[in-house]
Amino acid sequence: MKAPPFILLSSRYRILKKRLHPLTKEFGLTLYVLRKSRLAMIGAVIVALFIFLAIFGELIAPYDPNEIDIAARFSVPTREHLLGTDKLGRDVFSRILVGARYTIRSGLTVLAIAVPTGIILGGIAGLFGGWLDEMIMRITDVFLAFPYLILAMSFSAALGPSLFNAMLALSLVWWPLYTRLVRGQALAVRETAYVEAATSKGASKWNLIFKHILPNCLSPILVTFTLDMGAIITAAAALSFLGFGAQPPLSEWGRMVSDGRQYLFQAWWVSLFPGFAIALTVLGFNLLGDGIRDALDPKLRRITEVKWKKRIRS
Amino acid sequence: MTLRRYILRRLLLLIPILLGVLIMVFVISYLIPADPARAWAGPQARPAQVEALREQYHLNDPLHMQIYYYLKKLILHFDLGISATTHRPVMNDLKAFFPATFELAFFAFLLAIVIGIPLGVISALKRNRLIDHVARIIALTGVSTPLFWSALLLQFIFYYKLGWLPAVGRSMIQIHRYTGFILLDSVLNGNWEALSDAFRRLILPAVTLAFYSMGYLVRITRGSMLEVLESDYVAMAKAKGLPERIINYRHALKNAIIPPITVLGINFGWLLSGTVLLETIFAWPGMGRYAAGSIVQVDLPAIVGYTLVVALVMILSNLIVDISYSIIDPRVRVGGKVE
Repeated sequence: MKAPPFILLSSRYRILKKRLHPLTKEFGLTLYVLRKSRLAMIGAVIVALFIFLAIFGELIAPYDPNEIDIAARFSVPTREHLLGTDKLGRDVFSRILVGARYTIRSGLTVLAIAVPTGIILGGIAGLFGGWLDEMIMRITDVFLAFPYLILAMSFSAALGPSLFNAMLALSLVWWPLYTRLVRGQALAVRETAYVEAATSKGASKWNLIFKHILPNCLSPILVTFTLDMGAIITAAAALSFLGFGAQPPLSEWGRMVSDGRQYLFQAWWVSLFPGFAIALTVLGFNLLGDGIRDALDPKLRRITEVKWKKRIRS
Repeated sequence: MTLRRYILRRLLLLIPILLGVLIMVFVISYLIPADPARAWAGPQARPAQVEALREQYHLNDPLHMQIYYYLKKLILHFDLGISATTHRPVMNDLKAFFPATFELAFFAFLLAIVIGIPLGVISALKRNRLIDHVARIIALTGVSTPLFWSALLLQFIFYYKLGWLPAVGRSMIQIHRYTGFILLDSVLNGNWEALSDAFRRLILPAVTLAFYSMGYLVRITRGSMLEVLESDYVAMAKAKGLPERIINYRHALKNAIIPPITVLGINFGWLLSGTVLLETIFAWPGMGRYAAGSIVQVDLPAIVGYTLVVALVMILSNLIVDISYSIIDPRVRVGGKVE
């Protein structure tokens, strides 16, 4: 007689749960450590708010970000215009709300291009070694040999200044960091006994990269990326500030700072508020990144783990 | 390997990296969809003029020939070519702009080290006390604030609101230029008025530039110091009854200082990146502003010259950092297998 399907399902679920247990346990601990840190939670709230604005900014903005109202130009912050208006009478508050999406887009684009490139190149360099490693790392050296901003500016100028090209340019200069990180990790993992065991069982190189090396790189990559997100946002805003990124009338934050710069002494709110938005967002990512780093740090983890277990038991 | 051979090897390694930088800049310039010669000649130029410019800068030749011509001129005559927009030799332009940038970056670098490292050490020693919290807030603000924004904020406060410091520009007081470094020249001239003016003008851009690096150094130093303070040999030193001051400074600091020094080289690179932004905002007549202007005008010879100089400075600063390890930590044998 066959067992009724729901029993089969529940037993499968139990097996799955058991298999995943070490993973979920670790994840639960990470979340617990993260929640214990007040600063990390402040960071998480800022980041959450930022993501919320990036998605719904347009809906909650009181004005159309590009609505021109010359009569109300350079209005000081008032109840109608919370953060004042710019030289065309556009509402600065609405523009900041809507601008969040351009900022997060630059971060995500770099994530989507630079990180996978870094992982693949770093993995290849670390695992295969030899001339391939030498070649990849020397190219990386060249990229790291001069200031990323100049390089990104040249790329962006070469491609034609636009927000998308600025992001592309940033991705082009950002991958060497991850290549180095993954290569270092790959070199360390390559020497471990379990990789040796996998190799002796006939695992392919790609299998090694995706099954053994990549999972071991995930936490350093996660930490680096969260802490890096701030730097990417700043760099993207800087490119727009210099005129190599977003073009008017896009309400990108760096662009807004640069547009208001001329009128700094006449109407400080036009450029200082968008800049504050950048600083706050970057601060959020830095706080969250610090928190995640601490939460994944084995030393700090074990100390908290004891407390955590006690709490779960009670 | 002796220190001298190590330095020699590292200096030789400069050549392929600089060559790589050169090739990369040329490849980027090759990929530019716009026609640089047309941009240089201006909108009213006749086709023959544009063609002449193309011939002059070898723009009709294939990429590898362009690089070959460039290298030949550089190696034989130490010539970086003629800027397409200022019509002066790039080498002269860079020589004229370098002191201003170096003065700014070096002063900011010094400021970041002198404030950042001690603050990090104190913060770690007084962990979770008021001064630690203050230091951490300063550090976090430093690494989170975009340079171009803090520059505007400081201009607004210290120039417009308080009127304490000038907002833009380098000192214009006429003095004899011995070196091009205004601070140094004023001292050599014995002109104290010029010195104070130069110094007052340097404060705002340098402080802005230093802010990020300082914050970063505080964070690195604090973390490294905390780790060392928890190590066994510090516990041992405590058990031996050594005075706190000796433990902290002779035992802990000496080991904790390595990570901050490692990032100093990278930091200097950031400062150079930052000068591009800052010199634009503070109308500071340096290489950064020159580079930003050249990129806008697709002035290829100027861009290539600038990138080469900056790459050289960055590689050299990393080399100095690596050498300084061996002075601070005798265990590090330079060139040996440390990994």
